[in-house]
Amino acid sequence: MIEEVISVELPVGEKLKIVKNRLEGTNPGFKRIVIVSGIHGDEFEGQYISYETARRIKKNPELLQGTVEIYPALNPLGLDIASRVIPKVNMDMNRIFPGDEKGTVMEKVAAAIVNDIAGADICLDIHASNVFIREIPQVRISEEFADKLLPYARLLNVDMVWTNASETVHESTLAHSMNMLGVPTMVVEMGMGTRISRRFGNQVVDGIFNLMREMGVWNGPEEKIQYPVISTDGEVEFIRSGVTGVFLPAIEHNHYVKTGDKLGEIVSPLEGTVLDEIIAKKSGLVFSLREYPFVREGSLLLRILTGIDD
Amino acid sequence: MFQEKIYTVNSSYRESMVIRGYSFGKGDPAACILGSERGNEVQQMYICSQLVKALKELEANGCVNAGKKILVVPVINALGMNVDRRFFGVENQDINRMFPGKEHGDTTDRIADGIFKVIKEYSYGIQLTSFYMSGEFVPHVRMMETGYQNASLANLFGLPYVVIRKPTPLDTKTLNYNWQDEMTAAFSVYTNKNDTIDDRSARQAVASVLRFLTRMGIIRYESHSGYISHVIMEKDLTDVHTLSGGIFKGLVSPGEDVRYGHALAEIIDPYEGFVKETLLAPTDGIVFFAHTEPLIAEGAIAYRLIHRLHE
Repeated sequence: MIEEVISVELPVGEKLKIVKNRLEGTNPGFKRIVIVSGIHGDEFEGQYISYETARRIKKNPELLQGTVEIYPALNPLGLDIASRVIPKVNMDMNRIFPGDEKGTVMEKVAAAIVNDIAGADICLDIHASNVFIREIPQVRISEEFADKLLPYARLLNVDMVWTNASETVHESTLAHSMNMLGVPTMVVEMGMGTRISRRFGNQVVDGIFNLMREMGVWNGPEEKIQYPVISTDGEVEFIRSGVTGVFLPAIEHNHYVKTGDKLGEIVSPLEGTVLDEIIAKKSGLVFSLREYPFVREGSLLLRILTGIDD
Repeated sequence: MFQEKIYTVNSSYRESMVIRGYSFGKGDPAACILGSERGNEVQQMYICSQLVKALKELEANGCVNAGKKILVVPVINALGMNVDRRFFGVENQDINRMFPGKEHGDTTDRIADGIFKVIKEYSYGIQLTSFYMSGEFVPHVRMMETGYQNASLANLFGLPYVVIRKPTPLDTKTLNYNWQDEMTAAFSVYTNKNDTIDDRSARQAVASVLRFLTRMGIIRYESHSGYISHVIMEKDLTDVHTLSGGIFKGLVSPGEDVRYGHALAEIIDPYEGFVKETLLAPTDGIVFFAHTEPLIAEGAIAYRLIHRLHE
């Protein structure tokens, strides 16, 4: 059942509508699982996950206990033009939560979304990195809520769970707002902006059904899942560019590297020279790899998860 | 006057973005004035350029007091200015949401860190900036309620209003908040424009900064005493929201005195031209903020009024 969360009249002949698909099982009041996506309008991986989750439930509706609600597009104006931020106001929607019913238009929209999700038993916020970096399927949770969220995150069939040190700016995210309201909420990251990886999508959807099964919401057969590496900030090696130029990676994404391996180079197309060679200082898994070639001093090139073996 | 490089950002096919500071006087780092951090803050850059011009003349006439150093940084995001982008680089990041910055962080973190290392030692920090809601304000000084804010010092600018804002988590990454956190008395000065130049309000801003510097014993400058500022808590402003979307025809401007029930704006149907809605003043007061774009959505804040204040 398609339901409207909030509708706002735009200036010229259109309404901004946030919609959700409410899929009810045999006992709708039992538990409620929420999947949201599209806060950033340049991230499309959640489109496949929304589709595939709804498709599998509709194929075997009798296996569903409780309710699954899917919100594929929290920032529909951004998704329409692949804009990461909210068009016109030029703000990151994931920095205005929990919103304000008496605030600006988008603060009201954010407040309506929070109110609508409130009371759910679990919420998954699906992201797709950005147009610069490719990511392996992972769950990111803040340290503040790690104890509560880790048991759920382990069930999601992702490659890793990254427990971030909590920054104050995270307090403006949907995940933080929902966790503060007692709804266990996890941020799932995978792939990269403006693309869909069906392989990564299927991996995470298998995890979602596994989680639902463990929560008693899905009576389908047991999924074959993997358990993720659990990491903290101390185990993640950030490699940033020290020069300005064009980055050419020498390795594949989701690849193990050893200390001393060449990871890539930064070149000058004008001069035909190599400006810098990027060499691994630690061994580990390249879980984030830059796809967007132009870099300045400080641009993120790779993240390596250290302390694990091939 | 000395020109100094505050921070440099290199680019593959453009000239390096050099953030330039202009210093006046020698001695204690007394006051730092910072201009446009965003690529559309043209008015803010213009005000700073006029301050550089005025301070150069004052210094030549021996009017910068001994042992006091003033630093003016007119532009930060020059790359954005030249390509008409508010935020920095392809990542579209707001430099004013990156403070205090990180030395080994991403490019925008490094810019914020490079600037902040230089300017955090000043006793007084004045930022010319713009708000996240587009529209026009009455000129005012804005401060964050951090516990370190000093509204009586903000009064010394002699602008009509001082506004105190309770910070949200997002505000904790702004320059104003972090300056205060480093014990710099920080003020944000807002005029009525951002991406266009209004000479009258720019002159008012220049005069207010020079007045403040004089009152703090940093320069000697004869000026009008200005206003005795009215201090407002931002949460006490009365917001006027639209009930429908359409063409916005504002009928009142910032600074105007309005009475309960007066028409503030009309929302016009964009296809058939009829008036869909007339926004009425919910209280007596002064218009503090006005939406100025020609289009508006349902539920938008069209005006913010200072409740029950009269001219």
